[in-house]
Amino acid sequence: MGSITLDGVRKTFGSVNVIPNVNLEIDDGSFVVFVGPSGCGKSTLLRLIAGLEDISDGRILIDGRDVTNVPPAKRGLSMVFQSYALYPHMSVRGNIGFGLKMAGLPKAEIDRKVEGAASILNLTPYLDRKPRELSGGQRQRVAIGRAIVREPEGFLFDEPLSNLDAALRVNMRLEIAKLQKDLATTAVYVTHDQVEAMTMADKIVVLNAGNVEQYGTPLELYERPANLFVAGFIGSPRMNFIGGRIASAHGAATIGIRPEHLRVAREEGGQGEGWSGVISVAEHLGSDTFLYVDAGEAGTLTARVIGELGLNEGGRVTLKPDPAHIHRFDQTGKAIRP
Amino acid sequence: MSTRQTRVLGRVLTAPSVGLLFVWMIVPLAMTIYFSTLRYNLLNPGTEDFIGLENYVYFLTDPAFLASLRNTLVLVGSVLLITVVLGTGVALLIDQPIFGRNIVRLLVIAPFFVMPTVSALVWKNLLMHPVSGLFAWIATSLGLRPIDWFAEMPLFSIILIVSWQWLPFASLILLTALQSLDEEQKEAAEMDGAKAFSTFFYITLPHLARPITVVILIETIFLLTVFAEIFVTTGGGPGLQTTNIAFLIYSQALIQYDVGGASAGGLVAVVLANIVAMFLVRMVGKNLET
Amino acid sequence: MARRTTTTHAVVSTGAAWLVGLIIFFPILWMILASFKTELEAFATPPSFLFFEWTTENYGIVQERSDYMHHAMNSLTIAGGSVLIAMLFAIPAAYAMAFAPTERTRGTLLWMLSTKMMPPVGVLVPIYLVFRDLGLLDTRTGLIIVLCLGNLPIVIWMLFTYFKEIPKDILEAARMDGATILKELAFVLTPMAVPGIASTLLLNFILAWNEAFWTLNLSTSNAAPLTVFIASYSSPEGLFWAKLSAASTLAIAPILILGWFSQKQLVRGLTFGAVK
Repeated sequence: MGSITLDGVRKTFGSVNVIPNVNLEIDDGSFVVFVGPSGCGKSTLLRLIAGLEDISDGRILIDGRDVTNVPPAKRGLSMVFQSYALYPHMSVRGNIGFGLKMAGLPKAEIDRKVEGAASILNLTPYLDRKPRELSGGQRQRVAIGRAIVREPEGFLFDEPLSNLDAALRVNMRLEIAKLQKDLATTAVYVTHDQVEAMTMADKIVVLNAGNVEQYGTPLELYERPANLFVAGFIGSPRMNFIGGRIASAHGAATIGIRPEHLRVAREEGGQGEGWSGVISVAEHLGSDTFLYVDAGEAGTLTARVIGELGLNEGGRVTLKPDPAHIHRFDQTGKAIRP
Repeated sequence: MSTRQTRVLGRVLTAPSVGLLFVWMIVPLAMTIYFSTLRYNLLNPGTEDFIGLENYVYFLTDPAFLASLRNTLVLVGSVLLITVVLGTGVALLIDQPIFGRNIVRLLVIAPFFVMPTVSALVWKNLLMHPVSGLFAWIATSLGLRPIDWFAEMPLFSIILIVSWQWLPFASLILLTALQSLDEEQKEAAEMDGAKAFSTFFYITLPHLARPITVVILIETIFLLTVFAEIFVTTGGGPGLQTTNIAFLIYSQALIQYDVGGASAGGLVAVVLANIVAMFLVRMVGKNLET
Repeated sequence: MARRTTTTHAVVSTGAAWLVGLIIFFPILWMILASFKTELEAFATPPSFLFFEWTTENYGIVQERSDYMHHAMNSLTIAGGSVLIAMLFAIPAAYAMAFAPTERTRGTLLWMLSTKMMPPVGVLVPIYLVFRDLGLLDTRTGLIIVLCLGNLPIVIWMLFTYFKEIPKDILEAARMDGATILKELAFVLTPMAVPGIASTLLLNFILAWNEAFWTLNLSTSNAAPLTVFIASYSSPEGLFWAKLSAASTLAIAPILILGWFSQKQLVRGLTFGAVK
């Protein structure tokens, strides 16, 4: 009941083509994350779906209904804003219930629904406080409460966690994901944080300069990036890219190996392909070690080692790629599939 | 946030104000331009003739114009100098850690809220009167000859009154600006070994440059058209000594009923004000993100 | 202010600041004192500062003269009316420009500002003649119209800068919540903008109350507000200083009190947001 379809959607601001042409099919009940660097158009795309901006061309369908010219409130969507956008002069109760009040529901029913939403979000003790008397995490919950109480066909989240501190962010991430599964409501979530994207999404849309670079499950994106952009954007630390002679030997313009797919050996040479070099920086995280290695012709490579190997700056190592995990890309940056 | 709906709505909501202001600006201005090309005196109705630029020639070569232009410039320049210099001093003083700052600020800001006719008459009668004014008494007590302010230095008297009215404005704006000066910046300067004097010159004054410009521009716009203070004290005299351009045009229009000449003068005033306005609009515009 | 300060520094600057404050305020104080003197004492040399016979007879006389109340009512009607009407036009315009800006909004705003910079003398002649022909000279309606138009740019600008500070997100949230434009204005924007609207009203009321170009030129008796009434004391033979002082005190007292409340907004309003 809450599928969202973008059909040839285009958005221009003046002469700037922000969204050149997007076609997208978001399944009912799925959690879809738009991810991309800042300025890639992900927030604009979300606002187009919300109806807060007009599309310049194309159509938007929600549940098969053409909503291109339908005002925001009538699209059956609700939105959680980055700034939370709570009404400062209303209590938590007033904030959560505002949409229901606008819809003309009787007061008793509004109260019942608001209290229901509040108990799901652990906000019951705060119902009569004003937003300024709440902590950041609590404000975030109120914003979510305001979104769920209307029982929409879809949730829109615009970087909702970017104003929270790191620990709280992990917490809320889990809560939002769980809530969405419980309510089985379609959700579109915008973030620039790929960890959020990977952990929360059923499917990820990677956007770059207003174009969809790839649309797939988190693991598809990780294992089979469609192009250099996606390969470089998904995964942390970043995938290593090697060009030149080494790439040509693999029949590609560029090859990519993720840091976790480089085996680190102390000895020189040995069997199979390998690049030796000097460790320029070693970051010891305890559970992992990241090595930055100047590997001559291969350039600076990042390698990720589980646990501690006792390797330090200045040490010489050989990095051996796992042949099964070498990604090959052609001149245009597109992945070469066998 | 812009959808077709909101844009259409925006135009509908803005239109009445834009329309009103457009009419308010264009119609009288067009009439002024039209009148300025006529021989048109209210005392001789029905004799209006087109005379081209003759009114301008007459107005601009009239010795009264040169005198009033000089008076206007002296008035504006002196008041600006006095208010900006004293205003900076007052602002710095109130910015110090003083007891009862709020009350002092109230005392300083008060003259701005006094209507021009009241301040002019209070100064003229209660303070500057050559026999019974407070200044005369102070002078006599000190064994000096009391000054007959409006006879001996009429323009300076006006300058004094107008400066008193505008000093609060300059002080308040500069104080507001001072209070927005980052405390850490001053502390950093202190850590760098700057003494109070150099902190003022290298940190505070550059920070005030912008607000001072704003004060100068805004005051100029109002000072170019000082009217009530002259109207109730000197009536432009003695002779032309306190006639500024605004008063000159007023007396041409509503005392001599020379509509054509006053209109030509009015346009000259508009041009003068626009030169200042251009700078101010540019300055404010830079600050404006829509 | 968490800076270290010495006691001497604090004492010296406190003394200096109070002295400067009192000097600046003195003319007003002197006028208030004079209003409680008899005409004879007000005019006496040497002047008496506090040890004179305090009397309120001047206030009585000024109140009794029904024309004082008449002019005070004119001031109230003209200042109040012009500001309220300006608000009616300005609130929708400022709302639109703050929340639905177009490419032309910036230009429109600056153009509005520039109309405020046109010197009134530039259009004195045509306004006077038009008012004469329409029978608006010396009418409150006429002055309300002129002051309303004169202050409209400042009203719009002040409201605009206040509205700009309300996060767009909140209005968009209201829109997502299904509020129509009218409900959005009533339930979300207006409650949030009340402080800004109030201080705009206040400052522009003060400006209109003290306006002394148009009022002096376009009114003589019927519609004359206090500015014009006070100016009538300027005749050289009039030596009614105590009564002038009492009338002046009454004319500025309410504005002084309102003004003290609005001093923060004053900076913002008069610098068009260029200094906050």
